[in-house]
Amino acid sequence: MKRLFLFLPLIVAVAVGVFLFAGIGKDPTRLESVLIGKPVPEFSLESLNDPERRLDTSLLKGEVSLLNVWAEWCPSCWDEHKYLMHLSKDKGVRIVGLNYKDEREAAFRFLNQLGNPYETIIFDPKGKLGFDLGVYGAPETFVIDADGVVRYRHVGVVNQKVWEQELLPVINKAKGNS
Amino acid sequence: MYPELGQLALILALLLAVLLSVVPLVGALTGRDSLQAFARPLASGMFVFTGLAFAILAHAFLVDDFSVAYVANNSNSMLPWYYKFSAVWGGHEGSLLLWALMLSGWTLAVTIFSRKLPSVMISQVLSVLGMIAVGFFLFVIITSNPFDRLLPNIPADGRDLNPLLQDIGLIMHPPMLYMGYVGFSVAFAFAIAALINGRLDAAWARWSRPWTTVAWAFLTVGIALGSWWAYYELGWGGWWFWDPVENASLLPWLSGTALMHSLAVTEKRGVFKSWTVLLAIVSFALSLLGTFLVRSGVLTSVHAFASDPERGSFLLMLLGITVVASLVLYAFRAPVVHVRSRYGSLSREVFLLFNNVLLVSATALVGIGTLYPLVLDYLEMGKLSIGEPFFNTTFSPLAVATGLLLGVGIFSRWKKTDGGWLARKLLWPLALSTAITAAVMIGYGGFTPWAFLGVFAAVWVTVATFWDLWDKSSSRNGRLYGLRRQSRSYWGMVLGHLGVAMVMAGATIVSNYGIERDVRMQPGDSAMVGDYRIVFTDIGQREGPNYTSEYGSFDVYLDGKQVSELHPEKRNYTVGMSMMTEADIDAGLFRDVFVAIGERISDEAWAIRVQYKPLVRWLWLGALVMALGGFLAIADKRYRIRVSKEKEAKVIQPDASGKTAEVTS
Repeated sequence: MKRLFLFLPLIVAVAVGVFLFAGIGKDPTRLESVLIGKPVPEFSLESLNDPERRLDTSLLKGEVSLLNVWAEWCPSCWDEHKYLMHLSKDKGVRIVGLNYKDEREAAFRFLNQLGNPYETIIFDPKGKLGFDLGVYGAPETFVIDADGVVRYRHVGVVNQKVWEQELLPVINKAKGNS
Repeated sequence: MYPELGQLALILALLLAVLLSVVPLVGALTGRDSLQAFARPLASGMFVFTGLAFAILAHAFLVDDFSVAYVANNSNSMLPWYYKFSAVWGGHEGSLLLWALMLSGWTLAVTIFSRKLPSVMISQVLSVLGMIAVGFFLFVIITSNPFDRLLPNIPADGRDLNPLLQDIGLIMHPPMLYMGYVGFSVAFAFAIAALINGRLDAAWARWSRPWTTVAWAFLTVGIALGSWWAYYELGWGGWWFWDPVENASLLPWLSGTALMHSLAVTEKRGVFKSWTVLLAIVSFALSLLGTFLVRSGVLTSVHAFASDPERGSFLLMLLGITVVASLVLYAFRAPVVHVRSRYGSLSREVFLLFNNVLLVSATALVGIGTLYPLVLDYLEMGKLSIGEPFFNTTFSPLAVATGLLLGVGIFSRWKKTDGGWLARKLLWPLALSTAITAAVMIGYGGFTPWAFLGVFAAVWVTVATFWDLWDKSSSRNGRLYGLRRQSRSYWGMVLGHLGVAMVMAGATIVSNYGIERDVRMQPGDSAMVGDYRIVFTDIGQREGPNYTSEYGSFDVYLDGKQVSELHPEKRNYTVGMSMMTEADIDAGLFRDVFVAIGERISDEAWAIRVQYKPLVRWLWLGALVMALGGFLAIADKRYRIRVSKEKEAKVIQPDASGKTAEVTS
């Protein structure tokens, strides 16, 4: 009977081995946002254009919108901007900006130069909301449905391919559900 | 031409390893001395050819032979020669070759230092080491050949060594770590040989002890180097991140620490045999698991190594065969006969048992925390990583408990300790430790329960260790004589425990009283961190051998007096197009001031990370002291003299395991 206990380490080792074997070949870096399917975290931040105006999660409710994380210091944001202009001007997509770890003057300079595709811009100089959203680095774009729930997260530049293959299907689905 | 010779040397080493794993074992099992006699020459030959292969690869690096794919991927003609050399183990293939070299080195060491061991035993040990070597040589040759050529299109220059690895800490870190990992293979081989023989006796424990201790000491240094490197090189100022790869090195360290202590009990008192042999198997299995986790890429990590499913599967197979075979052997051969308890409930045996329980719990905890994401993923419950809070909240209580128990355990006696005597004995050290801890708390200003417990545990261990040293060294011929009379293994224990206390103190103080600030600064600005004022004076540019760099100049003031000038950098490595943050640190025994340049916020302003790190150096100094203790312990005279006595005892009375333990303890 006692000898049976000596088999215990073997059983534990085999069980661990099964998990290790299953883990081979999978890409662990493809971390999906834990927030998908969950509401946007609570926040209370200033509007970029109007420091008197406080914004909160109600901003992201009522309509499907894109939440685009950007900053003046982020080179890829400059590349991405033209396409965002196209989306908002020509396709009427509602884009909410999250100005991330930036300065007001720099952000204005950026918008004056390239135009403003955003309906509203949340000013997040300390990256608080960015942290809650799990932002790795700008640019990132989230699809938020009419209930203020995160539906999708895209890391990197939004271009025509990303729009057509990733964002648009999610947006259509989000519109269909609500 | 040379690389092909290197490959040939590897294949010859493999063939010798195959012979080594079969011939001496057959000799031992059939009792043929002529076959057993092959063990030593085969082991030496295996080392020679592995060494040759390694030397040829190193030569390819030093002469910039970019026709070799591995060299082209991991080196560059602009690299200084010492980084070219350390680049040999900078990538996957070479680091496995280093693994194989160390394994054959340890095997050679066994043949040299175990001359006095019975031939049957040594043949079996060397055969087991040969089997492990076969696995690793096959792995290198089949999946990770470092001598693959890029022909006929030889690149003009190499892709450069990962800038993270261009650093003194990283030249030393992998060899030390591998020495530890691979070193546990010797303890493992002894355990397997003893299981095959069915002779798990005090002699087996004594033979295993120095090997375990020295492997553990190397592993300690390796982990400390890694932590030190992460501290100054990754630019975050943290010293332990509970990253899967770090955990992978901590796992065998924890179980190896348990093994060292349990071997002591088995040697001195002849108990806990099944437990000790299991720990020996587990420690090596965890070393292999560490190699697997690092090299297969199943978990995310700061050590972003390329993952390759084929390599992962091969390593897992190797790990699986080793673990399953040894645990099956264990299940059938380990003694189940419970030794009639020859020790009381307050004996040193029991204290060491508790030590083992705590260390094994810590191992299990770190193991679960590290592998949990894999399990969740397998059960399709989503990707997740377990972060620092889990480890910090669960690991700290175990560490504190281990420290508290250690202090009591030092005073305990083998077989039986009188409870009342022990309580009286502890009274003064307890009072002294409380007073010192209170003074430390006041000195650093600010009481938190965890800081108190951590510091108390560290002080308690220190006080108990010195108290015991004082007691033991009292002698009629004077204190100095008494101190000199202590054995080296006792001094080893003293240093080991003091090292642990230093690490505990460092970890507690820096976590509780360290200050980190991320500030926006432009030249001319100043920031306060603790009592230190840091002034950003200037930012400039300079050229390194294979990078360009932007460096800041910072003056550090304490009470209006300048204490140092720091130059943190942001380096841009031209070949690989990668950015590296080089922090600059004003290091001191009692505090570090740390400045790192972060991202550029605007035209003039930069994000600057400034940190005040009290006692952070004690973490690594403590580890060095621990390792020094380990090396001192194996230099003890008894390992040289007793071995031969043991052999004589064996000849007279082959089965007197219990008695020999009594005689020699």
